[in-house]
Amino acid sequence: MVSLLDVIGPVMVGPSSSHTAGACRLGLLARGLVGGTPPSALIELHGSFARTGEGHGTDKAIAGGLMGFRPDDERLRDALDIMEREGLAYTFEKTKLGEEGETHPNTVRITLERGGRRAVMVGSSLGAGRILVTEIDGFPVEVHGNYHTIVLVAEDIKGSIARIAGILADDGVNIANLRLTRKQRGGDAFMVIEADDQPEEKARDDIRALPWVKYAYRLDKVGA
Amino acid sequence: MYKSLADAIRDAEARGTTLATVALDVEARDQGRRVADIRAALARALEVMRGAVRHGLTGDLRSASGLVGGDAAKLRTGPPGPLAGTPFRDVLARALAVQEVNAAMGVIVAAPTAGGAGVLPAVLLGLADARGIGDDALIDALATAGLIGAVVAERASLSGAEGGCQAETGAAAGMAAGAATEMLGGSPSQAGHAVALAQQGTLGLVCDPLGGLVELPCVFRNATGAAIALAAIEMALAGITFAIPADEVIDTMGEIGRSMDVRYRETAGGGLAATPTGRRLARERLVQIRKADG
Repeated sequence: MVSLLDVIGPVMVGPSSSHTAGACRLGLLARGLVGGTPPSALIELHGSFARTGEGHGTDKAIAGGLMGFRPDDERLRDALDIMEREGLAYTFEKTKLGEEGETHPNTVRITLERGGRRAVMVGSSLGAGRILVTEIDGFPVEVHGNYHTIVLVAEDIKGSIARIAGILADDGVNIANLRLTRKQRGGDAFMVIEADDQPEEKARDDIRALPWVKYAYRLDKVGA
Repeated sequence: MYKSLADAIRDAEARGTTLATVALDVEARDQGRRVADIRAALARALEVMRGAVRHGLTGDLRSASGLVGGDAAKLRTGPPGPLAGTPFRDVLARALAVQEVNAAMGVIVAAPTAGGAGVLPAVLLGLADARGIGDDALIDALATAGLIGAVVAERASLSGAEGGCQAETGAAAGMAAGAATEMLGGSPSQAGHAVALAQQGTLGLVCDPLGGLVELPCVFRNATGAAIALAAIEMALAGITFAIPADEVIDTMGEIGRSMDVRYRETAGGGLAATPTGRRLARERLVQIRKADG
């Protein structure tokens, strides 16, 4: 369903909704995976991101997103200078993440570290500022950033979904989507929960306190 | 949102109201939001559009590559042409202004996209200022423009990579034409004809930016897109009708986009990007960007 405000928007720093606004949103989502601004990150650009990214400020937009700047933040223009001033070590590389026609032309892999937590995210900018995260820490996912999102890795035990849904319900959070993936039976389960409402920090902490949850993070809603 | 302009026009005329009103009502229902909240979001977009026009007309902007910038100011202060002193020239200046801001990483409203962001603010703000039209009417016009763009997104595309420039500055021209026609007192049906008249004039338009950058010809295509919108508005308000309904013109745009060679869909593989000068400029300027950033 197309929203009128998707068409008249987003308000953004130019020049490209896919190469700039979408790239910034990917950085913002990645930042959530380590719970804040990462001191270091490796940003691998694929396809059109690699070919025309510099002229579109894709590098500035991703660095800005990692630092918590939103797509309409004028600091994006100077994001690389700000990054250096803050002593953040973000490295950009051009790479090939897949075959033409299979991997989306505007795709990036971001490997980031903060406070002992390391995360790897693969995501694409689909056009008009819309994004899709396809992989987190090697688990296939589908995160659009249009909702408040919780990602967590837990041991694959019975009743885990009910328990987590209960915590969110107690917090007054309405779940829009919930997807579970695992690499093998009995292995770790990767859960992506998209919610209409922003979960409180307490809900995240309650989920983290469950003995079988290995980690849980809140990702900001970054869509329009 | 509506998937057909004919449906929206029918509903608006049955209720004796505007396309803006039916668009806001449907958006409120779809998104579970109050009309007042949607209007507030559109008011913010309007403010950003105004700021971008103002910023761009100062003329001191350069894009990352240096390929574009400073031309909006020439329409402000340069020698007169046949359109000097008319809103037409002012609209052209504003369209260049917003796109020059966009190319220089300034703040704009993607409407429908960043690459086509100059057309709508240029036409709506240019005509509103010339006629002393206030913000409430401009917010209505943005709602109408959003409705038209949503129909284009459903039936065709709003992406140059999918449908060529007809899906970006072409769609923007259709949105601006329909919205301004209604803002200037045209009926919903006249607004529909304005959409068709603008969109038919951009059918087949390719997306061929030098080096893949949203700069050249994008900045100038926003000005010519705005000019097509103005032509459509003038014709529709004069009572001229276009025999093919807007929905079918939009469907045609989608069909042409789908069959367009990939060279003409934002890949810099064809069109102006592939000319000898286009290739040389792209090569030189990309080197310059790397130097500036390095």
